[in-house]
Amino acid sequence: MEQHLPVLAIVVPLIAAPLCVLIRQRTLVFGTAITVCWATFAMTVLLLLRVVYCDGSDLITPAANVVTYQMGGWLAPWGIEYRIDSLSVFMLVIVSGIGAVVLSYAPLSSAREIHREQHYLFCAAYLLCMAGLLGILVTGDLFNLFVFLEISSLSSYALISLGARQSRKALTAAFQYLVMGTIGATFILIGIGLLYQVTGTLNMADMSSRLSENGEVFNKVVLVALAFLTVGVSLKMALFPLHAWLPGAYAYAPSVVTAFLAATATKVSVYILLRLVFTVIRPELALQLVPLDKGLMLLSLIGIFVASTAAIYQKNIKRMLAYSSVAQIGYIALGISLASVSGLTAAIVHLLNHAMIKGGLFLAMGCIAYRLGSVEIDDLRGIGRRMPVTMFAWLLGGLGLIGVPTTAGFISKWYLVSAALEKDWWPVAGLILIGSLLTLIYVWRVVEIAYFQSPVESAEPVTEAPLAMLVPTWILIGASLFFGLQTSFSVGVARRAAEMLLGVVS
Amino acid sequence: MNTVLSLYNYWIVIFLMMTGFYIVIARQNLVKKVIGLNIFQISVFLLYITMGKIENGTAPILLLEKDLQAGEPSQVYSNPLPSVLILTAIVVGVATTALALALIVRIREAYGTIEEHEILEQDLES
Repeated sequence: MEQHLPVLAIVVPLIAAPLCVLIRQRTLVFGTAITVCWATFAMTVLLLLRVVYCDGSDLITPAANVVTYQMGGWLAPWGIEYRIDSLSVFMLVIVSGIGAVVLSYAPLSSAREIHREQHYLFCAAYLLCMAGLLGILVTGDLFNLFVFLEISSLSSYALISLGARQSRKALTAAFQYLVMGTIGATFILIGIGLLYQVTGTLNMADMSSRLSENGEVFNKVVLVALAFLTVGVSLKMALFPLHAWLPGAYAYAPSVVTAFLAATATKVSVYILLRLVFTVIRPELALQLVPLDKGLMLLSLIGIFVASTAAIYQKNIKRMLAYSSVAQIGYIALGISLASVSGLTAAIVHLLNHAMIKGGLFLAMGCIAYRLGSVEIDDLRGIGRRMPVTMFAWLLGGLGLIGVPTTAGFISKWYLVSAALEKDWWPVAGLILIGSLLTLIYVWRVVEIAYFQSPVESAEPVTEAPLAMLVPTWILIGASLFFGLQTSFSVGVARRAAEMLLGVVS
Repeated sequence: MNTVLSLYNYWIVIFLMMTGFYIVIARQNLVKKVIGLNIFQISVFLLYITMGKIENGTAPILLLEKDLQAGEPSQVYSNPLPSVLILTAIVVGVATTALALALIVRIREAYGTIEEHEILEQDLES
């Protein structure tokens, strides 16, 4: 049983998805889906224990500890191999944990935002999306990665289009995402094809060793493959200037879907970038071919400023948070572009911290949408007094986004700034801090309206959101506070993953 | 000149790829966009399939009786793996097209048009 954990974590949600379609009955479907999500989370935690604490004692274990699984017993370069190292297990726990928390919140929220007869389809698509995302994280085979990417993308287009009950714009947003997402995925497919053409293998570890042996011979093909792969992945992770699909998709999707996708989908795309550049092509070769680090740094800095400024001017708060997500992806990409252990550590820690903060913020917005039926900033006057528990969660999440000390956001900003200073790049560190000020402006705008303005006279009385929605929101916000104070786990695993990616033995 | 011509399969791939990409960007009609997307994807399928093909190579199905006795094949076999991969990618492509067309049906129901600029106008008005 235990040696099959890597594959079970994928297969269980994958099989549960069609099961949901067969069951159809709303309560049973939600019951099944939520149970499956928490079971998957438990499996990934077991995997984490095996990879990170393999001798059962403490964190001091070899950085290169991996759990492998041969599909159908076919050995590695020929068969499909599942390969779980410290980076993928860290991401697995984030994705399955957030997936379980958000789905527990879904029954009430979706009752308001999704047509009742579509609820079983919602659960099926949600489970498929989660299976796809988890699949990307465990697989050690490049083509398998593409297939899982398409499973998660196709189901996320369907999930976004479920917002059509609220606004028909959800349909066009889903279509736009479909077109851009398919172009991105096809670019990735071209890149994988070119790499296969020169190495004759699809197994990541095998390909990496073949590329480092004869890297110079393949230079030109690898260069083209790298170009296609980075552009394709950047589209998927919504790196500026390829983020055009994201604000619409996040703004018009149902709150549950936005919370799940914002916290996981773009993060998994960042994982693909890390995997491709750092473990398949290796940074020595990749950075020697193109100044990928400088390009990434420039784009991420511009992205932070453009997206944060755009966020300040949004009237719809979900849209504002979506622009903020583009900016936060910029911070993560900035950490990657530093290409040092501390830079990568900052990026990987921020993957976790931003997933919790942004997931929590979108869930809090979902609570407000549940009671008010609107997330326009003008309708939120005085909401801080009318829904104090929800709004306080939002406030704490907002502080995390800014990076106020004792929140998780502070930890990632701290590591990012110190990584920039390590390289003596003062201007970059300064720009990171100025970017935080822009975050302060758009968070403050909402806080001011919510706490310091009195509600419109004609406003209908609203009560606090139901407990079943508040608890998941507070779990995510509480976790972000916890990881702001207790950093040894998050930073410890992230540092280990960064050392593994750069091939540094601690 | 000869090398340029002998790589004709790549030229076809690049021509189809750019045609598809151009249609996706330039056309306003959503169905045409989906067709463009399909051409774009199929060019990549061709790229995969041609890379596995060897001149005079045949499908690697069964060894002939005389080869079995000789212990080595008398024929050249093409690499079957790219074809198998593309079989999967075709399925993905079909699913994408189906989903895109389903979305277009819903968009047409909601907006009464499938022209992108008219949809944009309606969104700006509301």
